[in-house]
Amino acid sequence: MSHNTLLVFELTILVLAIFLGFEVISKVPTLLHTPLMSGTNAIHGIVIVGAMIVLGQPDKDAFEWIVGFLGVVLGAANVVGGFVVTDRMLEMFKKRDPVKAPDADQDGGTGAG
Amino acid sequence: MSTNLANLLYLIPIVAFILALRFLSNPATARRGNQIGAVGMLVAIVVTWIHVGSASWWAIVVAMAIGGGFGAVAARRVKMTAMPQMVALFNGVGGGAAALIALAELHRILPEPGRPKIDIALAIALSGLIGAISFSGSLIAFAKLQELIRGRPITYPGQKIVNLALLGVCVALSVVLVAGVQDEWLLWLVIGGAALFGVLFVLPIGGADMPVVISLLNAFTGLAVAVGGFELENNVLIVAGMLVGASGTLLTVMMGRAMNRSIGNVLFGAFGQVTAGAAAAAESDGGSVRSAGAEDVAVMLAYAHKVVFVPGYGLAVAQAQHDVRQLADLLEEKGVEVSYAIHPVAGRMPGHMNVLLAEANVPYPQLKEMDEANPEFGRTDVALVVGANDVVNPDARSNESSPIYGMPILNVDQAQTVVVLKRSMNPGFAGIENPLFYNPKTVMLFGDAKESIDRLIEDVKSL
Repeated sequence: MSHNTLLVFELTILVLAIFLGFEVISKVPTLLHTPLMSGTNAIHGIVIVGAMIVLGQPDKDAFEWIVGFLGVVLGAANVVGGFVVTDRMLEMFKKRDPVKAPDADQDGGTGAG
Repeated sequence: MSTNLANLLYLIPIVAFILALRFLSNPATARRGNQIGAVGMLVAIVVTWIHVGSASWWAIVVAMAIGGGFGAVAARRVKMTAMPQMVALFNGVGGGAAALIALAELHRILPEPGRPKIDIALAIALSGLIGAISFSGSLIAFAKLQELIRGRPITYPGQKIVNLALLGVCVALSVVLVAGVQDEWLLWLVIGGAALFGVLFVLPIGGADMPVVISLLNAFTGLAVAVGGFELENNVLIVAGMLVGASGTLLTVMMGRAMNRSIGNVLFGAFGQVTAGAAAAAESDGGSVRSAGAEDVAVMLAYAHKVVFVPGYGLAVAQAQHDVRQLADLLEEKGVEVSYAIHPVAGRMPGHMNVLLAEANVPYPQLKEMDEANPEFGRTDVALVVGANDVVNPDARSNESSPIYGMPILNVDQAQTVVVLKRSMNPGFAGIENPLFYNPKTVMLFGDAKESIDRLIEDVKSL
């Protein structure tokens, strides 16, 4: 594929992704704003793929070596930290037992203060 | 692995990320959504690792172990209250990685014969610029929330002009870079200037507005990653980055709206005024009213342990008693403890509410008279005020100058959250201002009581 063909193709999927990004979260309750922000934060950790490609170039000099290595470190922190933080936030949405208790104080013991 | 096969396999993470965003928008599926996203990410990393092949595979593993180990430990150790700054930190390192990729790519393509293609040069300049702003801005947001530096807005005269000028210089340097002077030190200047701009841009913003700023920087990082995808001709970077860029932008707007602040106000509001004063103003007269959509209220109700309905004249006007009963039944099915608090003079006649609710066959034990209901509000998650006003007015308790001072009221303001269904901000029957509406715990759901309840029923059902 020529460079220009590829560029047009890339621009097409970019534009589609913009609309999809708007559409897919169009109705989100306030309660989920922060977890959703954290979840999208984890997803842009995909930058690690780019850093891996840089670090994986066959004939690279010392500069590319250092920069690629640092990039993978930062990207990995973004990915792992992002998903773990989001999961911890979402622990509060654990399914509750629908059986009615006579006394309401039957927390699942999530440890949330 | 061929590039074509890699691109084909990248469809798995792409679909996973889209599903993750979809699932993260609903409380019932949010956690699964995050897990789907994580699996997608794992696939993307494994595919890339195999695709990149033998060159420095061990360096990749070591770097991932360092970064991932740090991320896991930091994310596990942090207290629940410190979550926002963790998001800021992880967002910042992602932006930093995008800027690093730009540096490496320019370094790699410069020695190649011929001038770099203009779109690649543009992508390099943009991802360096945006990534650097996101990196330094997020770190300042982290430092502010972590109280490493003052959370209060830091301002000085002419701040706006300095920031604008700095951004202008960065953009101009980027243009020069794209237009032809392709030299590495130019990109270093762009990145350095942008990093400085990120610092100056976030410093004046107050701690309370920080979540909105982090969300905006999160969208920035997504954009920087998407642009990075053009440098490396990599689809998964373009799609995933842009998904975050777009949804993050929308989320930023929604967060601002939920806090009753426009984005412009958040970003530039600190100039010339002290944000801390706003909270104090809300305490006294006026202040801001928080309004919410039915879907937000539905989530609060469905995930509460105990919900108390407080009916008033608005319920009678709208003839919403059957709908209220239906909503209550729905909540009970979800395991929520439901009751009704009946003020003796709610409505236009004593016992008005009892009659209406009896008509809708509300189980009698759920009806609580005032003396029985008031001690319960302390352990109530959501008090849902349906068209009542004066009988829940805290001025009756505390404001001696109020015409209704001394009237016994239902203490709904002791509940965790108060939701008020009301047609408009007009004062109630007696024409008395109600400070309950300005209470930070209170959210308003405007509209006809019957219509609002019906929307709540639909939204609770869809959870």
